[in-house]
Amino acid sequence: MSTEALNPTLPILTAKDFASDQEIRWCPRCGDYSILAQVKKVLPTLGIPREKFVFVSGIGCSSRFPYYMNTYGFHSIHGRAPAIASGVKISRPDLQVWVITGDGDALSIGGNHLMHMLRRNMGLKVILFNNRIYGLTKGQYSPTSPVGQVTYSTPVGSIDNPLSPLCYAIGSEATFVARSVDVDIKHLTFVLERAAHHEGTAFVEVYQDCNIFNHDAFLYATDKTVKADNIVYLEHGKPLVFGKDVKKGIRLNGMHPEIVELGKGVNEDDLLFHDEKAAEPSLAFLLSRMRYPEFPEPMGIFREVSAPIYDQCVTEQIDAEIKKKGVGDFDNLFNSGDTWTVE
Amino acid sequence: MSSTAESAARPQSEKKLEQVESVVIRFCGDSGDGMQLVGTQFTNVSAAFGNDVSTLPDFPAEIRAPVGTPAGVSGFQLHFSSHDIFTPGDEVDTLVAMNPAALKTNIGDLRRGGTLIVNEDEFDKSNLQKAGYTTNPLDSEDIISKYTVHRVPMTRLNRDAVAGLGLSQKEVDRSRNIFALGLVYWLYDRDPKPTQQFLNDKFKKKPEVLEANIRALQAGTNYGFSTEAFTTHYQVPRARLAPGKYRKIAGNEATAWGLATAAHLAGKTLFFAGYPITPASDILHQLSNMKNFGVKTFQAEDEIAAMAAVCGAAFAGQIAVTASSGPGICLKGEAMGLGFMTELPMIIIDVQRGGPSTGLPTKTEQSDLLLAMFGRNGDSPLPILAACSPGDCFTLVQEAVRIAVEFMTPVIFLTDGYIANGAEPWRIPKFADLQPIQVTHPQGKLSSGQFEPETNGQATNGNGEGEHKFLAYQRNDKMARPWAIPGTPGLEHRIGGLEKADITGNVDYSPLNHHKMVNNRVNKVAGIANHIPLQEVVGPATGKLLVLSWGGTFGAVRTAVENCLAQGKSVAHAHLRYMNPFPRNLGEILKNYEQVLIPELNTGQLRLLVRAKYLVDAQGLNKIYGKPFLVHELVRKIDEMLESK
Repeated sequence: MSTEALNPTLPILTAKDFASDQEIRWCPRCGDYSILAQVKKVLPTLGIPREKFVFVSGIGCSSRFPYYMNTYGFHSIHGRAPAIASGVKISRPDLQVWVITGDGDALSIGGNHLMHMLRRNMGLKVILFNNRIYGLTKGQYSPTSPVGQVTYSTPVGSIDNPLSPLCYAIGSEATFVARSVDVDIKHLTFVLERAAHHEGTAFVEVYQDCNIFNHDAFLYATDKTVKADNIVYLEHGKPLVFGKDVKKGIRLNGMHPEIVELGKGVNEDDLLFHDEKAAEPSLAFLLSRMRYPEFPEPMGIFREVSAPIYDQCVTEQIDAEIKKKGVGDFDNLFNSGDTWTVE
Repeated sequence: MSSTAESAARPQSEKKLEQVESVVIRFCGDSGDGMQLVGTQFTNVSAAFGNDVSTLPDFPAEIRAPVGTPAGVSGFQLHFSSHDIFTPGDEVDTLVAMNPAALKTNIGDLRRGGTLIVNEDEFDKSNLQKAGYTTNPLDSEDIISKYTVHRVPMTRLNRDAVAGLGLSQKEVDRSRNIFALGLVYWLYDRDPKPTQQFLNDKFKKKPEVLEANIRALQAGTNYGFSTEAFTTHYQVPRARLAPGKYRKIAGNEATAWGLATAAHLAGKTLFFAGYPITPASDILHQLSNMKNFGVKTFQAEDEIAAMAAVCGAAFAGQIAVTASSGPGICLKGEAMGLGFMTELPMIIIDVQRGGPSTGLPTKTEQSDLLLAMFGRNGDSPLPILAACSPGDCFTLVQEAVRIAVEFMTPVIFLTDGYIANGAEPWRIPKFADLQPIQVTHPQGKLSSGQFEPETNGQATNGNGEGEHKFLAYQRNDKMARPWAIPGTPGLEHRIGGLEKADITGNVDYSPLNHHKMVNNRVNKVAGIANHIPLQEVVGPATGKLLVLSWGGTFGAVRTAVENCLAQGKSVAHAHLRYMNPFPRNLGEILKNYEQVLIPELNTGQLRLLVRAKYLVDAQGLNKIYGKPFLVHELVRKIDEMLESK
């Protein structure tokens, strides 16, 4: 979508216009760099003036993100970015508000806020940088770390059952749920664009490599020699096919997905077809439960449905009340009820 | 009951009508008996008549504790008077007790010689047992000799009056409270019309219930009129209040209205985020019902989120407010620190209740002052204001908003359960007479591409061209930083909880900068002392004793000191509304008296601050009953201190 087509008076912005003058202090080769670069690439395509963007983050490596964007930004406190962003968005529905968070920030200390932000369906865009580790505090296990993972706080392996961010989001009534991975630039750009255009809360999980404390946690999904067998790209209305030669597919056996070889009596029509617009989240949830190594992990848009948008509803209620009662008059308010006069 | 002994006979009644100056009446019964409703009705009728009124609702934390037990007793006390009053009264003149448990928990407050009206029908074996009585207290010499007792079979009389409407016994008995109200309306010569109107509105969709209540009200009045037991009824003349138009206002209502008013005076939208908590929820309710004033309310998922949303709304340029009570304020501490660090204007209201922890949710206390002062990490002082009465909430919360936007800081506004739920007459202001609140936002790029030259926070590079950088932490003469809001072109900037460089607002951990920034923030708040009124004193400017109080104890302390002054005692009263920073003349005032008394509903929190700051050997009167001070308790302490020297 070209900027001029939307509004001929808008200056044409480029990724460079969204770069702040601050030195970026993530570790060299951190996955965050790629996500930052793709966001900068997507924003100029949206036809929104730069001053209308607000980036709100919590605490963690990823949460330094707003400092590197030449937009309005609020680097806040651990886990609370969804609540702070909600305050911004309810106040100013005209702003495009992005929430930048991580697996510890969003799912551990901020789990409660995340759930409520998702179910309210405000017009917020959320990127969860999932590196399955606490990086900024130097390497403790996170709510997405696998059982058995050895970290500074789990020297003999984690016994903590991990959580899938997408399962959580779908269970919290999210209207847009997607997944991508830091190094797959094209796919990440595509997913972020789709998220930016979603009117309610858009939730994007990005697999992000912490090359210091959890390097190659997602190697199975990024390494060119194996990833074709370990991930499956979701396309609306298309069957789920994957594998080096695209010879494998996902078929439903009752309520359960199973991997099948194409040919040998199985053709594409037998496979599970993706429907991101399904009103019920059952399919999206089933897909979010598919995990490596048992299954290829789905990448793309799991779900995109439309639902009433909280911040717009707030404005609509105010407008309706003004229509019904008239614009509030303070003198009338003060003089309402029983009054009396002292001479 | 103070009588002027002026009696007049009414033509239509054989009974005496006696004039009295003021009366304290308390209704008490089971929490399902509708005591708050009848108390409120009596208050409205008395206020509308022109009495000065002061109320003290007292209800249990349990919505429906076991029926008939002391735990479930709910009470409503009202002081109505023909002169200015500041408190709901020390002692009760007339006690209406709907069951034995209510009698048991309240009889201690009835003055000797006072009137006791009970619903005799409820004094059966089972109810006596639930209240812990082994015998009927109404037969005891102790009660008969001390009080004028009226044993009224209210349940039976009310059933007779309401019979034939096709209502169930349970529904019929629900109007017993209105019967009792009718009886005391007769006793105090009140006009029942406003209550009849109230019932009409409340039950317009249930004609049988309406009829039952109207009949109950009349039956109660008729009972007083016709039964021989009541020989006299009383009249409390209109109070001599300052001329003007009045209405009754409760503290939480006044706070809510004051907030909406302040936002309008500032030309801004009010954003209120809250989480349900006693006794602050009414502020959320009131504001949620003011959507046609453009008010945005947000019931957040928890106290933390409410506070965080307020930070977001403040960044987005709204008058952002949250309200809670002690336990909620504890949770908000972290985000309050963020608000302080990012230097954004916002209001945090603490309607104090009995603590610590869950404490006494429905009772009053003043024990969050030190939490408000120190409840955050780092050096993070916040301005604190404390309202002194229900009506003062309206005025002072506007002042809180003014300070917040003028100095770019969160402001804590303290009230308490007593003034939040209590009501008093309020002289209705004219909106046009209220002081506007100035807000300035720096403007961004002009259409020429240039920046507006005089805007606070704007950097220039000398030649007016090239890259301009907005300076988010460049301070003005009040040390406030500019409030640049998202959507303003050219002022894109980042804020956050990390330490920022002076002037530019970039992240900066360097030692000297941190030292400077901590001092900047602390000095900014301290400097507010130069922009608030001087402390006033009632009574002699020098003398033996200064009583220094704050918050909701104002009424009781002022009444006590005035009583002492009338007796020629050397005592003065200073009541603080600005708790941080203190008024800049407070230290001087303290030096002018031989002794200082600080009465508080806590173990001595203001006393700690005053002693630390002014090195004054202030003494305390500390009561932590969950109830306000009584005037005589204060007078006794004042006398004790005056006699000791």
